[in-house]
Amino acid sequence: MPRILKRRETLLAIIIIVMIAGFATRAAGFAEPANLANIFNDTSILIILALGQMTVILTKSIDLSVAANLAFTGMAVAMLDAAYPGLPLALLIVLAVGIGAALGAINGFLVWLLQIPPIVVTLGTLTIYRGMAFVLSGGSWVNAHQMTPDFLNLPRFPVLGLPILSWLAIAIVLMMWFVLTRTPFGRAAYASGGNPTAAVYAGIDVGRSRFLAFVLSGALAGLSGYLWVSRYAVAYVDIAAGFELDSVAACVIGGISIAGGIGSVIGTVLGALFLGVIKNALPVIGISPFAQMAISGVVIILAVVFNARAEKKKGRIILRDRAAKETLA
Amino acid sequence: MNTEATIRRQIPDRLGTPMKRLLASWEVLLFCVAVLIFIANSLASPYFLDAWNLSDATFNFTEKALIAFAMALLIIAGEIDLSVAAIIALASTAMGAAVQMGVGTPGLVAIGIGTGLACGAFNGLLVAGLKLPSIVVTIGTMSLFRGISYIVLGDQAYGKYPADFAWFGQGYVVWVFSFEFVLFLVMAVVFGVLLHRTNFGRHVYVIGNNAMAARFSGIPVDRVKFILFLLTGLMSGIAAVCLTSRLGSTRPSIAQGWELEIVTMVVLGGVSILGGAGTIAGVVIAAFVMGLVTFGLGLLNVPGIVMSIFIGLLLIVTIALPIVARRIKHARGA
Repeated sequence: MPRILKRRETLLAIIIIVMIAGFATRAAGFAEPANLANIFNDTSILIILALGQMTVILTKSIDLSVAANLAFTGMAVAMLDAAYPGLPLALLIVLAVGIGAALGAINGFLVWLLQIPPIVVTLGTLTIYRGMAFVLSGGSWVNAHQMTPDFLNLPRFPVLGLPILSWLAIAIVLMMWFVLTRTPFGRAAYASGGNPTAAVYAGIDVGRSRFLAFVLSGALAGLSGYLWVSRYAVAYVDIAAGFELDSVAACVIGGISIAGGIGSVIGTVLGALFLGVIKNALPVIGISPFAQMAISGVVIILAVVFNARAEKKKGRIILRDRAAKETLA
Repeated sequence: MNTEATIRRQIPDRLGTPMKRLLASWEVLLFCVAVLIFIANSLASPYFLDAWNLSDATFNFTEKALIAFAMALLIIAGEIDLSVAAIIALASTAMGAAVQMGVGTPGLVAIGIGTGLACGAFNGLLVAGLKLPSIVVTIGTMSLFRGISYIVLGDQAYGKYPADFAWFGQGYVVWVFSFEFVLFLVMAVVFGVLLHRTNFGRHVYVIGNNAMAARFSGIPVDRVKFILFLLTGLMSGIAAVCLTSRLGSTRPSIAQGWELEIVTMVVLGGVSILGGAGTIAGVVIAAFVMGLVTFGLGLLNVPGIVMSIFIGLLLIVTIALPIVARRIKHARGA
């Protein structure tokens, strides 16, 4: 029992429940199941993006281009839908995932084969992808009346009381849990980030794991592009601006170590929900929505401090020079 | 990272002649690029070679370059600060709020620079004091600093800066040389001397190459890192004074995305993103290159967001080129 309590995920879950209970005292309806389902649905896209981001961070990289990827892919499928209303929706969704994966593959390629630091690559592609969204659209918007009803309604369509968007997020959470804990790729991702040198000796291609992580993150960002555009029923160049930071924040809050190799799917989901609950609670408790950015900042910093302490406690004295580094650093 | 670190730098058996090394250096290559862009610009527009026009062109990069000097030192020491643009936003907001309370120009400058220093100290404390990774910390503080601006301003703007405050961003020292451009030149010399002619600069290189060896050599690694974050905050504060004075108003979205352009400038200047190598001269030339490119694209009526594609490509290509070149050289040697 104490071991379960000490786990990061349990702690985070308790904090979220306490937060919800606290907000419910200010606004009676906040803890109602319908409202909680709303918050989950609202956070679904962040959960999907954060799971991709998490995979990349596990391999000791970072993907700052996810939101730009989302904007470009969302714009591309929205324009296709507006220009050719006859295209089947399934094809558009496959295209969204494909375009996203291709953009992710560009990141992964630069990181894998040219060994450019991921932060530099994705800072560059962040501006390039968003700039491409502008070039593609010429700066114009795709509005709700230009999109087909099917395109708009799919994420909203209720199944067993929850919209398809929520079910999709649940399915992707399960898929990512399976991929990261039950497949060779997942194991390789953890190993590549935890100790790249040891991973190489164990026969793991670290570069390839990073490449695949970027492709996965890109594919999920592409899917999120379609979901975002259809949920908000509008596509323009600046959609989801700055959302890459939210995805990193969700991971950091969820206990994913920025140094790689540590973290769980459930942690990331809880990290995203933590942000989602705060975002939905601000208007309820009468705080300006402009405060959200500063709150995210404080939460990221606190989470980093907390993570660093949690990781230090382990005191892994396995190799002498590693131990020396830890006592000195 | 360990595997990459070992192949990062190799000591050659024999150095080329000084002349040959100079000609093959990144700075000279970059200088040639700058000259080419200069020629291309003067061919593209007949108005380009006008002295006042060139003076206007410098405003494209002076404020960013001021921060880039400090950022260069930080990156050479193996850290990074992504919160610089957010520091500008917060410092500018603080100055705007002070104006509403009737603070005069000297007070405004002090508040702007003071806010920058405070933000830099906060970053430094988190990275050097608490030993946290600078990338995430400064992503967090970037959100925090700009977030505070949003809380204060929301969708409003501050204006009504005193008339004499405008001199920092719009005034000229002599003839076409603006205050900002002169400040840029002075700071280039100051940072050049600091990095290349002092013990402190030596320490910065050593820390970037091998922080552990630096510690064993008795270099106060944490103190140096803290000072570097403080310097970056200071330069961001100074840039905030210049930019606010030039624009004459403050919005929370001021200087949005500048952190990318500043990092690009530093890396384009030949500073290794992995730390340990780079020169101030390179950053100065890179500032001119980026200023000329964006100004030239502006003359051709290219929208700002398309320019950012060029900046992004510039960043990736300039980092990729030496890596590809080294790889080809290796392949030939083996």
